[in-house]
Amino acid sequence: MPLTAADNPVMDSIINRYPRSRSAIMPLLHFAQSKDGYVTPESIEVIAQKLNLETAEVSAVATFYTQYKRKPVGEYHVGVCTNTLCAVMGGDAIFEALKDHLGIENDEVTADGRVSVEHIECNAACDYAPVVMANWEFYDNQTVQSAKDLVDAMRQGNPPAPTRGPNKLPTWKENSAVLAGLNDGRAHEGVQAGEPSLLGLKIAKEQGAK
Amino acid sequence: MTKLTPVLSASWDQKDSFTIEGYKRNGGYKAVEKALAMAPDDVIQLVKDSGLRGRGGAGFPTGMKWGFIPQGDNKEHYFVVNADESEPGTCKDMPMLMANPHVLVEGIIIGSYAIRANHAFIYIRGEVTHIIRRVQQAIEDAYKAGYLGKNILGKGFDLELVLHVGAGAYICGEETALLDSLEGFRGQPRLRPPFPAIAGLYARPTVVNNVESVASVPAIVNNGVEWFASMGTEKSKGFTLYSLSGHVKNPGQFEAPLGVTLRELIALAGGMRNGNKLKFWTPGGSSTPLFTEAHLDTPLDYEGVAAAGSMLGTKALQIFDETVCVVRAVLRWTEFYKHESCGKCTPCREGTWWLVQILKDLESGKGEAADLDKLLDLCDNIAGRSFCALADGAASPIISSLKYFRQEYLDHLSNGGCPFDPAKSTLFALAEGGAR
Repeated sequence: MPLTAADNPVMDSIINRYPRSRSAIMPLLHFAQSKDGYVTPESIEVIAQKLNLETAEVSAVATFYTQYKRKPVGEYHVGVCTNTLCAVMGGDAIFEALKDHLGIENDEVTADGRVSVEHIECNAACDYAPVVMANWEFYDNQTVQSAKDLVDAMRQGNPPAPTRGPNKLPTWKENSAVLAGLNDGRAHEGVQAGEPSLLGLKIAKEQGAK
Repeated sequence: MTKLTPVLSASWDQKDSFTIEGYKRNGGYKAVEKALAMAPDDVIQLVKDSGLRGRGGAGFPTGMKWGFIPQGDNKEHYFVVNADESEPGTCKDMPMLMANPHVLVEGIIIGSYAIRANHAFIYIRGEVTHIIRRVQQAIEDAYKAGYLGKNILGKGFDLELVLHVGAGAYICGEETALLDSLEGFRGQPRLRPPFPAIAGLYARPTVVNNVESVASVPAIVNNGVEWFASMGTEKSKGFTLYSLSGHVKNPGQFEAPLGVTLRELIALAGGMRNGNKLKFWTPGGSSTPLFTEAHLDTPLDYEGVAAAGSMLGTKALQIFDETVCVVRAVLRWTEFYKHESCGKCTPCREGTWWLVQILKDLESGKGEAADLDKLLDLCDNIAGRSFCALADGAASPIISSLKYFRQEYLDHLSNGGCPFDPAKSTLFALAEGGAR
């Protein structure tokens, strides 16, 4: 569903967050992805008009950042960390296995439109390596088998909840709205921390820290 | 007596630690009351006196940065938090914001008050949706409670705080690229001077601080300079989060005084997995030169790590055991820098591309011995020759690995390929080789 006049109030609220309107480009692009699943030429025109910019200026920004997609991704977009630490811990094996299992290459979508895969860079969860992200939610300490099970469940429309995230995995479009700064009311769901985050604190308490 | 000093992480084991109720129950938002009763310059002086240094990598004194903002200049000032956390291996700010986003909000109010900014931004990376939810909710709850908005705590101080979500670009962790990105441009570093303190966001005086630096401020305001300085070393005061990942038995976050050693931290993490031998490690992310077993007792503070030839960086301790091929590891980091080079400066854009080509050949056994010197020559020609430090970071793992593991590069050539089995390094291969 493309951006329309009905989206003006939301877009205006995004623009009004900033002292200068141009700063709203990035959240507006996330918002556009929440409508279409990717950044369409039409949404670039709408954003350019809203911000009184040339379409080339908006395109220049949209093409710089890897989270803005120029073609549809799956309902569930799976990112496998293959930066050094995760790659060594199993990310390389997981990524190869997923491509083989799904019959797609990097940045491609399954024929049913459910799942796409991408190799990603470090996602700031190295103590949970190897890490798989789905719609930018954390699936920690993955194995080849657990990652295959995850995408199989996605294709059946019933993925398990993220390890550290909301109680149910939102769709790509739903999460794009969150990235645009629109509160989906799910901040209270899920754990406050995983075990590795708490390890030092636990040991400190055992050792009698104040 | 424990080496550990949980301050930032002290409340993380409480189920509702991320809520405003949980934060206040643990003494949250007391520091802001105290700070707003002080003169702004006194708050800056307090942070200066504490000796707090930037926790994002460079280690610049936080209070001094605040003091650089010109006062009485009749310009808007901006307070910007760098929550882009993307340096490979770095994973401290994200768990903090998931478990306790309010400590950052409180630090921002204090910092903005000190530098006389009425508008603040958190620039957070875009690939961490649930953490974005938590921070967004924390901001909304802080507004409702009167800690943000107009006339905060009736002290006549106004502050608007906006969460700005990135979209996948490592370079936006560089402070001037971050500001360009926040202004709605491609995230590309600016030439300095002018520094952000003079011409930052919208060409106005701007402070850019790392999450952990700002989050450390409320505790300093609450407990005082002497308490803070009772931890750490002479020039590296206080506590900080050390993140252990990789081939230790139990990876995780360890909050300790600056100056702790890797030997001590590995012991806390249960030792190396399977009792394997430590081969190499990063003290502060992939952009900091590699260390080896010889550096196990190096004090992990700003001076100690620098004296040993690396940088404290983000205290991202990525641990690799003897099963890991250093050439593979370095190639992968180099591919990362090539991918993340923003393309603005030619030495970095072209140089990182060539580094990848040469390393690929070396890893597959197709290179020649002269390529090792070519790598060093290339590194010499890209490091220090660009607007920002990305290329310096790209050179770090290459130069340091050649220093410590030159023979391993040569072994790839004599072997006609990589002599290591990558399966042995994985988390799950251990099912065969013994439990983790």
